[in-house]
Amino acid sequence: MAQDEPTALERFINGVLPENAVYRQLLGMCPTLAVTNGMKPAITMACATAFALICANIMISLIRGLLKPHLRILVFTLTIATFVTIADKLLAAYMYDMSKQLGPYVPLIIVNCVIISRCEICASKQGLRVAAADGIGMSLGFALGLASIATVREILGSGTWFGLHVMPGSWPAWGIMVLPPGAFLTLGLLLGAAEWVVRKRAERAKEGK
Amino acid sequence: METLTTLILIFIGAALINNFVLHYFVGICPFLGVSRRVDTAFGMGCAVTFVISVAALLSWAFTYFILRPGAPLPAWVWEAAGGNPETQIDLSVLSYIIYIFVIASSVQFVEMYVRKFFPPLYKSFGVFLPLITTNCAILFACLEIMKHLQDPTKLWGLHEALTLAFGGGVGFTLAISLMAGIREDLDMCDVPKPLRGAGIALIVAGIMAMAFMGFTGVEQGVQTALGSLLK
Repeated sequence: MAQDEPTALERFINGVLPENAVYRQLLGMCPTLAVTNGMKPAITMACATAFALICANIMISLIRGLLKPHLRILVFTLTIATFVTIADKLLAAYMYDMSKQLGPYVPLIIVNCVIISRCEICASKQGLRVAAADGIGMSLGFALGLASIATVREILGSGTWFGLHVMPGSWPAWGIMVLPPGAFLTLGLLLGAAEWVVRKRAERAKEGK
Repeated sequence: METLTTLILIFIGAALINNFVLHYFVGICPFLGVSRRVDTAFGMGCAVTFVISVAALLSWAFTYFILRPGAPLPAWVWEAAGGNPETQIDLSVLSYIIYIFVIASSVQFVEMYVRKFFPPLYKSFGVFLPLITTNCAILFACLEIMKHLQDPTKLWGLHEALTLAFGGGVGFTLAISLMAGIREDLDMCDVPKPLRGAGIALIVAGIMAMAFMGFTGVEQGVQTALGSLLK
């Protein structure tokens, strides 16, 4: 190999901020928008995704020698579907109300592009440790993305955070924020803010030189 | 006549009131990625509508005959193998794996069919066809159909499942084409730099979602109107 493959630590750090799934790569948009009307569903969703992502990454990394190029996407999706089924059954067994609230979005983790892209980019090429670190970093970044959107939407939309009242009692809850349009507007504005910060930093780095 | 009313209500519900993209947030990736020009957006919408109908047909058949609790086929096999006929067999734990398999293979078949019989169409679809495999809208339609096959007292027939899937596909086409139309004009606008690209697209989608919220409650009116019309 002419080019060095990234090490485990690089993969981990890369997943958290520089290649953040939500803000930088715009992957996995369905859960990002659908379950972020409160902190609790967002965190549950992030944990379920993390479970599926880390397990799938480890599994694909272990069987990467056996993969055939034209069948690999099918193998990826079937592996992910197995782990998502496990996560779904666990949720239904131990957190029944939450599983009812998340509804179809738990099985929809199967087609979450974040997981397939990690299997394709990292796990099908690199060893177990690197793949696991990559999975953990990516899921941490994904959880951060979900949590930031959920924070804005829950505080503005219902005046609470994790169910605790944080806004004064007279706060007129902005109903629109917990409804579908609020999800699009919040993510759009947060993306703009993230882009603005990145631009400012790049400008400052240029001036510093 | 009651069936027709139900079908029309399911269609309007899937296409407008609970639009797949703007209400359930499924299929956002192509909605943001392939909505730069109206003609490609419309092509993508048609491809999705076609695949979603094929996948709904197959997944309805699998769910109805094999996967749902109390389905006929496993019960027959169980009895033939000498099991106790009182036991109810529930294979729904397998459903996600079966659905993803059905979707992946129907995309493959649609691709082969279109390449063989409609080469110009195949060229215009390009990379979109394989991408449809990971379009959540299709899996979502399968899951919705599964939800309506759980309760043995009011099972959905094939016509209802197909109407839901087709309505969802039409709703997706509508949303992505409207979005592409707006984005074509947006190129001429002076958008603040950090918001260019996905940011402004999402804000536009938010405003569209607000507009689509105006359809809430339409089903009541449609039901009354159809009731008096078909009497």
